[in-house]
Parts: sequence; structure tokens; C-alpha cells
Amino acid sequence: MSALTGTPALARLALRRDRISLPLWTLVTALVPIGFVSTYEGLYPTAADRLEYARTSGTNPTFLALYGPLYDSGVGGIVAQRAATIPVVLALVTALTVIRHTRVEEEAGRRELLGATVLGRGAALAAALGVTAAASVVAGGVLAAGLVAQGLPAAGSVAFGAQLIAAGLVFAAVAALAAQLTESAAAARGLAIGAVGAAYVVRLAADAGGADSGLSWLGWLSPFGWVQRARPYGDERWWVFALAAAAFAALAWGAAELSARRDLGAGVLPPRLGPATAGRTLRGAFGLAWRLQSRASYGWVAGFAALGLVYGGVVGGVRDLVRDNPELEKVFTRLGGTHGIEDAFFASTMTTLGLIAAAQAVSAALRARAEEAAGRVEPLLATRVGRVRWAAGHLAFAALGPAVSLAVAGVAMGLVHDAGSVPRLTGAALAQLPAVWVVAGAAVALFGLAPRLAAAAWAVVGAAVLITLFGAVLGFAQPVLDVSPFTHVPKLPARPVEWTPLAWLTGAAAVLTAAGLAGLRRRDLDTG
Amino acid sequence: MTTPIAVSGLVKTFGRTRALDGLDLEVRAGEVHGFLGPNGAGKSTTIRVLLGLLRKDSGTATLLGGDPWRDGTELHRRVAYVPGDVTLWPNLTGGEVVDLLGRLRGGLDPARRDGLYERFALDPRKKGRAYSKGNRQKVGLVAALASDAELLIFDEPTSGLDPLMEEVFQDCVREERERGRTVLLSSHVLSEVEALCDRVTIVRDGRTVESGTLTELRHLTRTSLDAELAAPPDGIADLPAVHDAHVDGTRLRCQVDTAELGDVLARLTAIGVRTLASRPPTLEELFLRHYGTAEAAR
Repeated sequence: MSALTGTPALARLALRRDRISLPLWTLVTALVPIGFVSTYEGLYPTAADRLEYARTSGTNPTFLALYGPLYDSGVGGIVAQRAATIPVVLALVTALTVIRHTRVEEEAGRRELLGATVLGRGAALAAALGVTAAASVVAGGVLAAGLVAQGLPAAGSVAFGAQLIAAGLVFAAVAALAAQLTESAAAARGLAIGAVGAAYVVRLAADAGGADSGLSWLGWLSPFGWVQRARPYGDERWWVFALAAAAFAALAWGAAELSARRDLGAGVLPPRLGPATAGRTLRGAFGLAWRLQSRASYGWVAGFAALGLVYGGVVGGVRDLVRDNPELEKVFTRLGGTHGIEDAFFASTMTTLGLIAAAQAVSAALRARAEEAAGRVEPLLATRVGRVRWAAGHLAFAALGPAVSLAVAGVAMGLVHDAGSVPRLTGAALAQLPAVWVVAGAAVALFGLAPRLAAAAWAVVGAAVLITLFGAVLGFAQPVLDVSPFTHVPKLPARPVEWTPLAWLTGAAAVLTAAGLAGLRRRDLDTG
Repeated sequence: MTTPIAVSGLVKTFGRTRALDGLDLEVRAGEVHGFLGPNGAGKSTTIRVLLGLLRKDSGTATLLGGDPWRDGTELHRRVAYVPGDVTLWPNLTGGEVVDLLGRLRGGLDPARRDGLYERFALDPRKKGRAYSKGNRQKVGLVAALASDAELLIFDEPTSGLDPLMEEVFQDCVREERERGRTVLLSSHVLSEVEALCDRVTIVRDGRTVESGTLTELRHLTRTSLDAELAAPPDGIADLPAVHDAHVDGTRLRCQVDTAELGDVLARLTAIGVRTLASRPPTLEELFLRHYGTAEAAR
């Protein structure tokens, strides 16, 4: 019996369990960039239009930071630049899928049940990597085929598809390694998401100052930097993919070695004994929620601080860039001088931060549902704790966690940019809160009224991201754009504050939350 | 003093499934009440309605004189509950969970808690994810037994415990009864119920099929007799109160309706009894009789 015996059976099990989510994500990551092609053909119909884009928007620091360099002024080049966040999405999908089929299964004890059958020690890892690798290849293949079908050059389209495959594979292997290190699935998930985030931030810092900035070498430290430097549609560098393949092989080999040496259920980092009695803070529903959520909140806040520092630093590059480019200076002057473009950059950054904060809010709110589904709430509600008070402990993190995160990001951004701008930027970041709360309110409403569908709150986040970041590009109608609460947030600091939409959003969030809590009070507890 | 638990005609449906179909249950103050039934009979559902975790469709259910759905939170001050499958937070130690549940309930006695750790041989410093099923169950039991609640509700509490620990649990329940606490013990370990319970309610398919003291229940059933007689027991096997008779010369083994035991014994004495062994029905026989008839009725 080899270490891989049983891998096909486990791979089929994984495909069966993910039969909806995996194909969905795979197709979304492939189809969104394909949809971009006709949009940009419409926006920039002639070569002259596209050259203008390349000279102005395509090389402005916002776009450089968010999307990376533009390597070609054809439609393909523009699509490849503007879809540069898509490999990041696929990387998150493959990383979370690998952990779901390795460490989560082990922690839940289901692996033990299977491990007693004819199953090799490395089968679970191989099956998880195999399934995610296949999903990445399908996503990349569909993307390349779709782009060629739209009339884009074949070589560039294949390179674009390969970007997707490389990002998916490398971070699947990163997650495989993370899953070997810790006993807890949550910690492994944190490591993997942290790695994706770090790679994104490093790439962002490398590209923000343009190709000639002193930091562009940083791009070679991030897998997202590598894939971008393959330059689809612009004199492709194929050898970059060998770098990704080598990283995948090394990480997967490391994970397999660790998996072969460790005990089932154990991590490489050893567990320690804890206190025999509860500390003073562990009392009441809030104390417990604090204990369960505070660590994740620290992680979010640290992430926001890092993003704030990077974004704040990036904007400083604007002036240098303008000095070298008279064409760009004209555009900026039209927008109200470099000050105007800086504020425009900050405004679009705030939206991105708001969307990430919405993810934080949903993850905190859904913790309550996870506790219920795991059966850990029953003994709590059999004490003096009422349902609403119990839920409120977790919802406090959904409401206030993003507030802290956004404030920290705003302060960090201001400190790096210009200390005098701290209050202005912190205010602009906090202006996202009402929209964040609407998304959190949707999660609470689902949790209270349709608990089994609570995970659909992530679809709400996904829809907000799609509409807010890509809606205008994909040509969605205004009523569709209006569905996203972020559409209604005033674009601070570039525009003045408008209190009315913020009040409406806060009201909507309150109504959704109240409906959810009313539902929670009335419904049966889900006892499995 | 109010009846700690009074349930009558309780109905609860989940979609098309009728989990409880007019269930009755009465637990009196100071008794240990056995709640018996096979898997899926509705024991856990009843307990969850009593705790206000599920909302009843019809019937009445009162807990310590109050409505569990409306006043649950206030009533829970006086109740301690151990679910059949205790799940713990993976990153909290057993000791932290015991203290947390104690505080949420309104306090626990540290000396008694430490004594219980010792008796159950439980290390409270381990993280939740490191405990085996039996040890997770012990965390729940220590949290409940160290409380000052007047009503203890156990849902199949000894699943996963070894026989030694089952013994410890039984001792603890006896001590609680002596301290005047009321206990509802849902179980399908019949020896445990037989050893601990004053009164028993047997449920099947969401209905109560039998309720009373063990003595009363036994009265409704049969006693087994094994007798060596002076002469062959002619005619005895044909009596309506005698069942499953095996006659081997002068030896008679049979089951007798307990209510008719006196008459049958008089007939045997008339023949002449050399040795006689009688055994009351075990709870298992009681139990199987109910479920056996259920099978036959289908």
C-alpha cells in the first residue's frame, strides 16, 4: 500500500462535497475577465483611445497599486491589467478549499473514520491538491479559450490563463503546508489567508511607484508579482511560470514530508496545556465572545493597519510620477491638481477597505451561526443567558470590529501620507461603516430568519464586491449598482460629506438587524 | 412546592416528522426520574422544549412552575443541563468551560468543583479539542454537578464513560438526591436507571407508553418462576396467567402475570413445593415487552 492509496476516492468525495461552490468559483474567476473584453473594446474603440489610456489612467498610481503595471496598450493588455485581482480571488478559493479538505476534516474527526480504511497517509493531501489543481487548470483553460474566442491574440490569452493557474496552484500548496503546521483549522486558515494578503501587499508596494521606482524588485518576492511579470499580450515571459511551478513543487513536497511524519490530528507546532480555571474576563456572553473572537479581530486590525500604511505610502509616488509626465499633469490639473488625484485615490481606497471590512463583519456575525450549528450554544442557553444577549456578544464584534479596523487603516494612511491629514482620512474610512453595517445586518437577518441559509451572507459580500468594483466596468444598470450599499457612500475625501445617505444606510442596517434578532427569538434552535 | 417538570399532551413537529405526539411527563420534587426510550423516541426533543430551545406546537410544558419558552432565561438560574454529546470550544480548556458555565448560571462552588475533577479523574488544563468523547462528557457533568441548581437534567449522560466513571456518576446522583435536588435522567442504559431512579417514564414514537414507580411497572408485567415440585405440575401450564411454561418432569419454569402471582403460588403449594426461585422482571424485560409489542403491532 503506497502513501497515495485511496486518493481517487477522496478526490471524488471532495468533488461531491464541493459540487456547487467549486465549479461556481472556478467559472466566476474565468468568466469575469472574459466579460471585460467587450467592455474595454467599447470604452476604448480605437488604438488612439487605448494609447491615451496607457499614458494616463493605465499608469496612474492608483491603478498601478491596485492592478499592477500595464504591459501592452491593446485590449488584451488593458483587460489583463484590470483583471489582476482575479488571480488573488482564485488563490483564496484554492487555499480555503485545500484547508477544508485536510485540516478541517482532521479537526472534526472525520479523517479518523476514513483513516481506518484502506487509505494512504498522503491521500488526503494529494486529493485536496489534485482537486484544486484541476479547478485551477479548468479556470485558466476556460479563460484562455474565452479570450481567444473574443479575438484576442492566442499567446497572450494562454499566458493570462496560465497566470490564473499559477496563482491557484501556488496558494493551494501554501495552504497545504499551513494545514500541516497547526492543530486548529482556524489557525491554518489564518496562516493561508495571511500569506495571500502578504503576497498581495508586497506586489502592491512593488508596483505602486511604477517600473522605475526603487521598490519594483519587491515584485519578485510575491507570487502575484511573478504571474504579473509574465506580461500577457506584451512580449510574454514564459519562464516566470517555471518559478511558480518550482514554488508549487517545493511547498507541496514540504507539506507531504510533514504530513508523512506527524501523527493524525497533531500539528507541527505543539499544543500546550492551558489554565485550569477561567480568568476574570471569561464571564458572561460578552466575555465568551471576546475570548472566541478577539484573536481574529487582532488579525483583521493588523491587516488593515498594513493596508493603510501601504496605501498611504503609495500616494506619495503621485507627485514624482506627475513631474515626469506632462500629459498626466494635465489630467491631474483638470481633476483639481495633485491634491485632487490624491483624494480620488484615497476615495477609491476607502471603498476597497469598506468591502474588506464587510467581510470582517460577516465573518464575526456568522460566528454566532457556527456556534449554533456546532451545538455549543445549547449548554449556554440552558443557563441564564438569553438568546439575544448571547447573539449580541458576537454581533458587537460585527459592528465594532470593522469600526476599529477602518479607523486604524485611516490613521495609518494619514500618518504615512501627511500627519495633518489623519482626521480627514480617518473620517473618510469611518464613513464606510454604515454600508458595512448593512452587509452585517443582512447576515444577521439570514441568521435569525433562515439559519440554514446563513452562509449566503458571503454571497452578499461577493455581490457587493462584484457590483462595487466591477459593476461600472461590466456596464451594470444604475438600479443594479444601487443594490450595493457602497454605491451610496459619499466618495470621501474627494467629495463633501452627505449625511442623508449615511443615515439611510444606518437605518437599513438597524432594520435588518432587528428583523434577524426578532427571528432568532421566535425560531427553534438548530439542534442538528 | 411546585412540580419541577410537568408536561402533558406535548406535540412538536419538524416539517412532516411528528417528533412528539402528545407526550406526558411528570417529575416530582426530590426524585430521580428515569426517562426511557429508544433512539428517536423524542427524549432529547422533550428536554429541549423544556429548556426553551425549541418551541412546542401544542400541549403544556412547565419547568419549575414557569413557561420555558417565555421565562426560560430566568428559570435557567435553577437548572443545570448536560447534553448527550457535549461539544466544547476547541481553544478553551475544560476548566475554563466549567467556570464559564458556572458563572453564567450564577456561581459554582470551587471546592466541590475541584473534588469532582478528582473523582472523575479529569485534567481541566487540556484544550477542548484535546479531550476524548468521555472526557468532554465529564466536563459537562462537573459543570452541572458543581452548581447549586435545584433541578438537574441529564440527557444520556454516561455515553462515552467507562464503567468506573459510570459508578462515580451514579454515586454523585445519589448524593444529589440526598441533598434534595431533583434529577431528570434520560437514558437507555437500563441498569443505570434501575440503580438510580425512583420513578420511570417510558416513551415511544413521541408518546408516553408507561409511567410510574419501578414497583408499579413491574406489577403490570410478569414474574419469572423456577420451581422444583413434589409432583408433575399438571394443568398449571394451561392457566391464563401462566406464560412460556417449560415442564421437565417435576420442574417448572414459567412467567406469571404479577397480578395473579398469589393464585398461581397457591396452586403450586397444593402440589407441593421443594424449591422455588422467583425473580421480578428486569427493566430490560419491561422495556423489550413494550417495544416488542410495538413491533408486533406493525
